[in-house]
Amino acid sequence: MSGEDDGLDAGREAFKEEAAELLTELETSLLELEEHPTDEDLIGRVFRAMHTVKGSGAMFGFDDIAEFTHEVETAFDMVRMGKLAVTKELTNLTLRARDQIRTMIEASEGKATVDHSVSKSIIGSLQLLTKGGSAKAAVQEVEEVSAKKPSKTASADGSHSITYRIRFKPASDLFITGTNPILLLNELRQMGSCMVIAQTDAITRLEEFNPETCATYWDIILTTTHSANAIKDVFIFVDDMCELHVEVVDEEGEYDEDEGYMKLGEILAARGDVKVDELKKLLGKQKKVGEILVDAGIVDSGHIESALAEQQHIKEVREQRQKTADGAASIRVPSERLDKLVDLVGELVTVQARLSQTAAINGEVLLTSIAEEVERLTWELRDGTMSIRMLPIGTTFSKFKRLVRDLSNDLGKEIQMTTDGAETELDKTVIEKLNDPLVHIIRNSIDHGVERPDVREAAGKPRMGTVHLSAGHSGANVLIKIEDDGAGLDKERILKKAIDNGLVAPDAELSEKEIFGMIFAPGFSTAAKVTNVSGRGVGMDVVKKNIDALRGIVEVKSKKGAGTTITLRLPLTLAIIDGLLVKIADEVFVIPLAVVEECVELSKKDIERTHGRHVSNVRGVLIPYIRLREHFLIDAEEPEMEQIVITEVEDKKVGFVVDYVIGEHQTVIKTLGRVFKDIEGVSGATILGDGTVALIMDIPSLVRSVARHEPTVADTVGV
Amino acid sequence: MSATATSEATQYLTFELEEETFALDISKVREVLEFSSVTKVPRTPEFMRGVINLRGSVVPVVDLRLKFGMTRTEKTVNTCVIIVEVSFESESMVLGALADSVQEVIELEPEKIEPAPSIGMQLRTDFIKGMGKRDEEFIIILDIDKIFTADELAFAQEASQSAA
Repeated sequence: MSGEDDGLDAGREAFKEEAAELLTELETSLLELEEHPTDEDLIGRVFRAMHTVKGSGAMFGFDDIAEFTHEVETAFDMVRMGKLAVTKELTNLTLRARDQIRTMIEASEGKATVDHSVSKSIIGSLQLLTKGGSAKAAVQEVEEVSAKKPSKTASADGSHSITYRIRFKPASDLFITGTNPILLLNELRQMGSCMVIAQTDAITRLEEFNPETCATYWDIILTTTHSANAIKDVFIFVDDMCELHVEVVDEEGEYDEDEGYMKLGEILAARGDVKVDELKKLLGKQKKVGEILVDAGIVDSGHIESALAEQQHIKEVREQRQKTADGAASIRVPSERLDKLVDLVGELVTVQARLSQTAAINGEVLLTSIAEEVERLTWELRDGTMSIRMLPIGTTFSKFKRLVRDLSNDLGKEIQMTTDGAETELDKTVIEKLNDPLVHIIRNSIDHGVERPDVREAAGKPRMGTVHLSAGHSGANVLIKIEDDGAGLDKERILKKAIDNGLVAPDAELSEKEIFGMIFAPGFSTAAKVTNVSGRGVGMDVVKKNIDALRGIVEVKSKKGAGTTITLRLPLTLAIIDGLLVKIADEVFVIPLAVVEECVELSKKDIERTHGRHVSNVRGVLIPYIRLREHFLIDAEEPEMEQIVITEVEDKKVGFVVDYVIGEHQTVIKTLGRVFKDIEGVSGATILGDGTVALIMDIPSLVRSVARHEPTVADTVGV
Repeated sequence: MSATATSEATQYLTFELEEETFALDISKVREVLEFSSVTKVPRTPEFMRGVINLRGSVVPVVDLRLKFGMTRTEKTVNTCVIIVEVSFESESMVLGALADSVQEVIELEPEKIEPAPSIGMQLRTDFIKGMGKRDEEFIIILDIDKIFTADELAFAQEASQSAA
């Protein structure tokens, strides 16, 4: 009732949202940690995520969650302090704990019930671990640590970056040993953000110059997360042939970030290039410090340049840090508000089309220029709004890491998941709807695709199977690939099963593509027995349906023994498409431009020449066509000259005969609602410039529907 | 059954279909529009006249005359689309219903409403909430939710079957 309650409720909501994100982060970090058990950065991330869950949980009255999380956090605090090693046992427990926290949050909404014995058992096992009760864990820890990079000491890598000033002054006979200093410098460059300044003051005049001696030395400013020892390791092979100074000049968190970095004079003094009192003496003159020093012959311009570079570098690094901190300041907006915004933009696009049309008819210059201005703004607004809804697909990918890990453990298989293109952006709704299909495909890959380790070894493949998820743009589409290096699809077995199920006639001759397409048929499964993972033949059916609903296409490629690749081709956005407006009698339809190949004319003569068969000869290629007038039962006389819009769907070219092609149209998709949800051949509607409604054709479904009704169509043609 | 449903005085919107007066519970009616143009959705039953643009959303329009076994509604100056909110499979949905003309909003006490006779109506009695009486004239009060029940709208399959 009171405002306070509302405030608390809003806070609780915010906590739930935040916790959901943190738990995802926690899961991702844990899985990565499992691969890199000594990475302090990851340990820090895990710890921080749990700490935040605990803190805000307690703040909003989720005391049980706070209490439970505290126990888990304790364990990771020990890990952080190096008292406990990251083991598979620990990550397993923590992952279970994470699931338990999620259940607890869901329980607060009444969605699930918490099994407190699970909490207790997790905490119990954790406590056992932290007390060092598990000898097995300790042994494992030693093995794992030694198995990883031994040079990387736990204390070396900090999660924060440090800026070093390095002076590398090789001995003059460095070249004689065959060492190329450039390679060393390149190695440093790979460690972080790096600036290299060559110092040439020791180079002698040309007549005295000996090209076999090294007279150059370098000042390097490096910002890295590596330790000073790691930097010294770079120079390990030239250790006795150079002078090497490594100093920390700037450390994250050490200085007050608002304060500027040292002045030029201070830098030079700190390096010992000038003496402080000499500097002070000269500072009376009103010139830039650098110029004064050069003029006075105390240091040469090379040193000044080097010092200036240091100043610049530190400035940049600090700015970068500031930016990262600012970048995190994003706003959380409920998705309904975004959807509402997109709806409004959609309406604006419609109204703008009307305005442009009216302006064009009216012909008044002033109105036309206003209409053009509105058009430009509308497109900008549309693009901006669409981009707000775009999210990187990476979050979805990391969810599957857990799925792969748990499933492969359950099935006794060794499978790793690799990803590529996690930054590819897709419409929010597409990403949400993509989840289920991807789960089914990956489950299938793990259960039926990748073989058991012993089978793999026998087949000469590495024990560890791989499921590779990748995403990338391809024109107006996004391609998502799920590849596995498993056994591949068995063409004969699929065909046999399809014949047994009566899906195809026994004597039918099918292409490889058609056979692989069978796996998407409802209830189709080649699995001999139904497991709790898959085999009921429901999964791939769901994949096909969901991807169809997203106006996407599924493609299967497989090589027996080598693996299977499933490609999902999806549109970038669901809200607006490019369409081709066509007219049949008085009705206007939209064909998605993405599937349109070309438009050709069809005269009555052409029809006579083919004796009424619905095929057309387009530059020597025979293309079947569908007369939309007949299929849509439109009762009107066709014009003398018709148009065929040739489309390509699933590698098949099909033409659609219409009266007239009007042109391109930015189509804002409106659903037809539940009443028309089962209509074949129509995927939605759009509102045209004059306010009337035009239907958007669903070309693949139209082709399927016509194929099914083909005899009927032939009959009507025959009559 | 229908008597219990109409126990309080309620306002009704009356309209004509082939010179007969029908009424709808006003709480179901959102607005009344002039009938301009409708886009036919192919391969749907004839009583589904198509879709119209209602300020940016696409709304299906039903020809009540065809639905009730009368002749097709022809467009006149008086033809209207009554936009109604229907609960359909426990979800609310917006539909347009064609009427020859919209009359007025009337108030009817429950005692002025009788259950529909079970025979002789030439109309499915479950579509009718009751018969209202006004000035010695009977008004057929429709139960709009019943008219558009799930199986009534599940024509898509029928349509495709009849086409096959």
